[in-house]
Amino acid sequence: MAKRIDVSGLNAYYGSHKAIDDISMTVEPRSVTAFIGPSGCGKSTFLRTLNRMHEVTPGGRVEGKVMLDDENLYGPGVDPVSVRRTVGMVFQRPNPFPTMSIYDNVAAGVRLNGDRVRKAELDGIVEKSLKGANLWNEVKDRLNKPGAGLSGGQQQRLCIARAIAVEPQVLLMDEPCSALDPISTLAIEDLIGELKEHFTIVIVTHNMQQAARVSDRTAFFNLAGVGQPGKLVEIDDTERIFSNPSVQATEDYISGRFG
Amino acid sequence: MDITPATAASPPPLAGGPAPAEQKATTRPGDRIFLALSRGSGILLLVIMAAIAVFLTVRATNALSHNEGNFFTTFEWSANSTPPVFGIAVLAFGTVVSSLIAMLIAVPVAIGIALFISHYAPRRLSTPLSYVIDLLAAVPSIVYGLWGALFLVPHLGGLYGWLNDYFGWTGIFEYHDGAARSLFTIGILLAIMILPIVTSVSREVFLQAPKMHEEAALALGATRWEVIRMSVLPFGRSGVISASMLGLGRALGETMAVATVLSPSFEIGTSLLDPGGGTFAQNIASSFKESGEIGKDALIASGLVLFVLTLLVNGAARLIIARRKEYTA
Repeated sequence: MAKRIDVSGLNAYYGSHKAIDDISMTVEPRSVTAFIGPSGCGKSTFLRTLNRMHEVTPGGRVEGKVMLDDENLYGPGVDPVSVRRTVGMVFQRPNPFPTMSIYDNVAAGVRLNGDRVRKAELDGIVEKSLKGANLWNEVKDRLNKPGAGLSGGQQQRLCIARAIAVEPQVLLMDEPCSALDPISTLAIEDLIGELKEHFTIVIVTHNMQQAARVSDRTAFFNLAGVGQPGKLVEIDDTERIFSNPSVQATEDYISGRFG
Repeated sequence: MDITPATAASPPPLAGGPAPAEQKATTRPGDRIFLALSRGSGILLLVIMAAIAVFLTVRATNALSHNEGNFFTTFEWSANSTPPVFGIAVLAFGTVVSSLIAMLIAVPVAIGIALFISHYAPRRLSTPLSYVIDLLAAVPSIVYGLWGALFLVPHLGGLYGWLNDYFGWTGIFEYHDGAARSLFTIGILLAIMILPIVTSVSREVFLQAPKMHEEAALALGATRWEVIRMSVLPFGRSGVISASMLGLGRALGETMAVATVLSPSFEIGTSLLDPGGGTFAQNIASSFKESGEIGKDALIASGLVLFVLTLLVNGAARLIIARRKEYTA
């Protein structure tokens, strides 16, 4: 199911401001790749170019190529809506639909895909997705209650269940734990470890221990100064990035010495 | 200024003993003045409301005690004859029907315009457009009335003929040539009049729909319309209901425009397109000047009914909003 992402020569802009400059990298299928770097270095922007969410921002524009196996996401005639069905996303703040029940939240994406799904089939998808997000046991008796009534950590797992219900090839996570307490964070990290069996996962995080714990590969982004575009400094196996990175700037950032 | 806390003056409670009976919080002059002012305004509002209600009820009772007809079922308004005979059946029917037609036309269009301004139109188009809409709300109702009488009435014959051809069999769209001074015309005119307020309020609500829920829908592969359906409309639901109620309030009570366009009569026809009918506000405006003591009191009685009708509509709207409160927290 999972697909390889191959980015080459990618630039992203906000209006006339260049946010990321000439990024090329490969993300392996069925693995977790973490993006780390200081605020403003463009890692979230880059993540959003991978499912064409960047262009939703007014003035947002992208140049370059993102290959998902052998399909260019920015090729002519590619529908961004169908890209987003293949590349799912989880956001920083848990954002279940407040007017929908837990069940409807998980089913939302499936119902979008147009064709009428039979009730029994939908029940199966909802159960499977909630189990996949380690949430089933906590919510199985109150599927018809509003999703907004759950705790922050449960809401985030509900969002993950919603994202995996449509069976995407890739799952993008934009600082998924930064609004959560340590216990909920641990639950999400465990979940990420399980999800990588089925999906290609890319996670942006400010927490370097988290990157070290959950990821197989780590990419370090940096920017030369305020107002300068962000750049990819290096991407390597996580173990190597955290023990013996090949660029000095990476080591400075990881050990807390920057500038 | 005395900065010693008031509690310092009282002796500290003994361990295990009862807490001091009165432990007054410090109040500052500013707080006391503001408290008096706001409490006073609140009480004043209640007093005014009560005074209006008492006035309306007393005068209405006076008229009703002289009424020789049935106030609710009589198709006649001869409050100045002796004995006075009057009933609100025609007025209630006309008010409710014309306002309903107005809502059926205005609310969907208003939601469409509001969504276009908030989510579809490019900014250089949406700003002037919303400005024009707000401007429309400021046009005095007599101007709408004149436009209705001089433009709308002579130009609706074609539409009425078409409705008659295709829907005449239902009875309610039967049209016999004549001036289009009917309840349906009033409905169209009222729809145009309430459109700006419903649009304005809905637009504000739609603009406040949280970005993060729109992004959640987008990331699931929703099209623009699906984003609106999943995150914007549910969020704006109660706001749109409130906006519609504002519009309905204006439609129910609209006076001058209706009085200018309608040719009043005290009968209820089966067709909405036939001239005639009346509304509470229009009837009050049209007959007030020529009314004697009992006649005026009779009009006040009809005004009281309009007042109660508006209250009921608002209550119903609140019920609808409260029913799904759990989901809008």
